Amino acid sequence: MLTIDELVEFCGATAVVVPDPGVEVTGCYTSDLLSDVMANAPEDCVLVTVQNHRNTVAVATLVGALVIMVCHDREIPEEMITAASNEGVAILKTPLNQYHTSARIYRAFGS
Amino acid sequence: MEERPFAEKVPRSADLNEQPLVILELIQRLKVRDVMTTELLVAARHTTLREVQDIMKQIKISGVPVAENGRLYGLISIDDIIRALEGGYIDEPCQKHMSTKLVVLEDDMPLSFAISYFDRYRYGRFPVLDRNQRLVGIICQRDINRTLLVELTHELRRMEELTGGSSAPQDDYAGLYFFREFPVSKFDFENAGKAATTIKQLLQERSFPARLIRRVAVAAYELEMNMCVHSLGGVLTCQVSNGEVEIVARDTGPGIADVEWACRDGSSTANDWIRSLGFGAGLGLPNVKRVADHFEIRSQEGEGTRVRAVLVLASENKPKEESQGSGGG
Repeated sequence: MLTIDELVEFCGATAVVVPDPGVEVTGCYTSDLLSDVMANAPEDCVLVTVQNHRNTVAVATLVGALVIMVCHDREIPEEMITAASNEGVAILKTPLNQYHTSARIYRAFGS
Repeated sequence: MEERPFAEKVPRSADLNEQPLVILELIQRLKVRDVMTTELLVAARHTTLREVQDIMKQIKISGVPVAENGRLYGLISIDDIIRALEGGYIDEPCQKHMSTKLVVLEDDMPLSFAISYFDRYRYGRFPVLDRNQRLVGIICQRDINRTLLVELTHELRRMEELTGGSSAPQDDYAGLYFFREFPVSKFDFENAGKAATTIKQLLQERSFPARLIRRVAVAAYELEMNMCVHSLGGVLTCQVSNGEVEIVARDTGPGIADVEWACRDGSSTANDWIRSLGFGAGLGLPNVKRVADHFEIRSQEGEGTRVRAVLVLASENKPKEESQGSGGG
């Protein structure tokens, strides 16, 4: 289990929206393809992606992902922030790419 | 439509209070085509008003559409006939005297729409056109009353059967019924996903098994996105009845040229913009197919597409063979 604070720390991330600071993720899924996320992401996970738009929030809500980690420090549009606050999904952003982000989360789960 | 005898008594059960308003569900679920009269007696443009009057007398109706080869030209009402008799032009062709400013309904509209039209326009009847603007029926308030009575009786019977036993267990989904309809507009990414999210919430509120909710969410989301991305717009419906969740996506076009190809993993017609948003990898329909217990798709190029996915509650108890797509992309 990883907390938001741990994800921020391990990935050098910035918290953009954190509706519930107490959430803990139990897994991770990395994909930029939303149909793939729909099909395969586990519940209560952190979703690592470059998709910085509100549909990512919709998909996260549907699969029960708790945190969206946006890579490459891509700017988070206002409507994505609003959607995430409404749906109770956290958004973090990291300067790392998907590979390095995933690797760090993988390591964090191991430690 | 199959006529069913009326129930003799109204069941009295506390459980009925838990049901959604049946009448509201009905007028949303039923379409104009389910209610309209399709056996039409029509007049041609050259038919005289006297002949129209005879038609009205014969079958006791108060309005006759003027149509040729499916194309609607006008409507003659009993008022037109009375005026013709008073004005002494009853032997003239209806073309000259018919009402041509017509308010029509489409066969695909929900019955609630027709009811609001009767309320708004105060007409006795509305001609019904199909999507190709061809006259396919006529609807009057009597048709609505008759259909609703039959459907309500049927619904009462069903409730009676379900609540007849001493006390149905809370987790008995067989007795659960609800219906929702969500319009989906082309490229409306602002609202895309809302239908699927709402459906998920509705099922969660009713304590459906989490795995089933996930599968329903996948089907609803993919079909919703498909309509948003590929179609000219359409409607997504979710109906829960008899222990089944049915998701239907119906759009108005442009249709799929090769349905079999479209259902294969990785088949996509999406452009770069769509792909940049994380869609269009050709996983949508295969995803729906994978999560559904029954999957049907009907489409024709130049026409609309209808996809139906049924998820059976009982199937959650049996392990469903997982054949997760290795994914295109």
